[in-house]
Amino acid sequence: MSAVMMTRKVRKWEKLPGKNTFCCDGRVMMARQKGVFYLTLFLIVGTCSLFFAFECPYLAIHLSPAIPVFAILLFFFVMAMLLRTSFSDPGVLPRALPEEATFIEMEIEATNGNVPAGQRPPPRIRNVQINGQIVKLKYCYTCKIFRPPRASHCSICDNCVDRFDHHCPWVGNCVGKRNYRYFYLFTLSLSLLTIYIFTFNIVHVVMRSVNSGFVKTLQDTPGTVLEVLVCFFTLWSVVGLTGFHTYLISLNQTTNEDIKGSWSGKNRVQNPYSHKNIINNCCEVLCGPAYPSVLDRRGLMRDDLSVPTSAAEPATNSNPVPQTTKTTAPLIPNEHTPDDAKPSMADAAIAHAEKRSPSPREDKLPTLPKSSPTPTKVPPLASPETDAEASIIAKDKAL
Amino acid sequence: MSTEFHNLQELRHSVSVATKVFIQRDYSQGTTCRFQTKFPSELDSRIERTLLEDTVKTLNSYYAEAEKMGGQSYMEGCLACATAYLIFLCMETRYEKMLKKISGYIQEQNEKIYAPRGLLLTDPIERGMRVIEVSVFEDRGSSGSSHSSSVSSGGISQR
Repeated sequence: MSAVMMTRKVRKWEKLPGKNTFCCDGRVMMARQKGVFYLTLFLIVGTCSLFFAFECPYLAIHLSPAIPVFAILLFFFVMAMLLRTSFSDPGVLPRALPEEATFIEMEIEATNGNVPAGQRPPPRIRNVQINGQIVKLKYCYTCKIFRPPRASHCSICDNCVDRFDHHCPWVGNCVGKRNYRYFYLFTLSLSLLTIYIFTFNIVHVVMRSVNSGFVKTLQDTPGTVLEVLVCFFTLWSVVGLTGFHTYLISLNQTTNEDIKGSWSGKNRVQNPYSHKNIINNCCEVLCGPAYPSVLDRRGLMRDDLSVPTSAAEPATNSNPVPQTTKTTAPLIPNEHTPDDAKPSMADAAIAHAEKRSPSPREDKLPTLPKSSPTPTKVPPLASPETDAEASIIAKDKAL
Repeated sequence: MSTEFHNLQELRHSVSVATKVFIQRDYSQGTTCRFQTKFPSELDSRIERTLLEDTVKTLNSYYAEAEKMGGQSYMEGCLACATAYLIFLCMETRYEKMLKKISGYIQEQNEKIYAPRGLLLTDPIERGMRVIEVSVFEDRGSSGSSHSSSVSSGGISQR
């Protein structure tokens, strides 16, 4: 076979859809808005620098040299976890290639049959049974796939993420299957570091005040005041967040499921992913296998400047149709992602710890033409509902 | 593998664009990676049921082993945590080793079983671990017969 091709080899990350930023030739993957992440970095590095500059010399001499050593180790661990969380792929699911999208569309049409003109087609939902519970898989109009269980679409990054927890602006990335343990270890170690610095600040101030007096102490080490302020406010939010995530891990739930109330008591569905044993749940989340990325950011592909003369090749590194579409499925133009309009989610999100970002859907709400929640017809199933929107509709009907 | 592709590419003058059949994920046992062993009806005429089912079952067993929650994965997790996960920069994880094994297995299966029948399995990792994509190539006739068939169909469409 000979084809005249002016191939330009590009890395796959350059052609990935979604609103991510890539650095270091695809090795680093973050969300677009990184401002708050820089703030996090600044606060951690700044506070620790002040600690090493002002408190550590005194404490090393008068108490023990182990104090700054342990602080340095803890600081490096916090930074490693933060960078690992921020820079890694959270578990993004690649969008369906055209053949797969068409195949799924055909399956859906076969399931739904003929819809009379003017009537809204039924919501695209696939029911699966997981460990004895019926779980609904929703169709993602952007990615053109039925989302795997526990996956969700982040509108800030415009990707479906596996085991989606939440989008955290503080780390500048989504938190999902691949980086959840790093995120948890980051919050845990940051809590420890904050408590550590706070405690030794107090110890330092007390020890020094005994000798020199309180006011002179503050004059000698002006950084102390700043550190105590930062640590005080950080303590409440980060320690609370760590506690919340410890609770979620012990139940094998995600923040997203917790906000939506997927497994809460009033629905009859229990969490099918929980091992019903706290230790097993913790082990699975924290010590489970390290899942590889399915994105292949650094793989090489041919740019579509070339015109291949052959049919679609099965070569593993080529992607002849770049997926640039970010719009909804063209076949049904008046449908939007069903779970876009969820104002009640925002209220529930605000009620939780302030460090966690609000429901990822909020970002999209102002830009969409506000239509009524798409599944106006609850599918006639006897299965218990796990969708929040279905429960909202049930509430509407009840009123 | 490259020779097989070369053969397939050469013959593609006379084959039509491949249709694709997708074997979906099986979530009945949770979110661990597992594919349905249900035989797709589109492949009825192309391959024996047992061959495809065996391939899928073997793949499922490989994935199950990769994601197995046992002593070795805990050791790996704890050791990695103790080194702030820097050890992953130099060490390959168990999952990655299994993925290489799976990739080799799929390649071998393609060479031995699927390419001779005009089929091609795509490694699920290239489709986001969502599906096993089976590309179905139309029967390779000689280039003469396919030209005549296209001419005749063109003739029919003109009427």
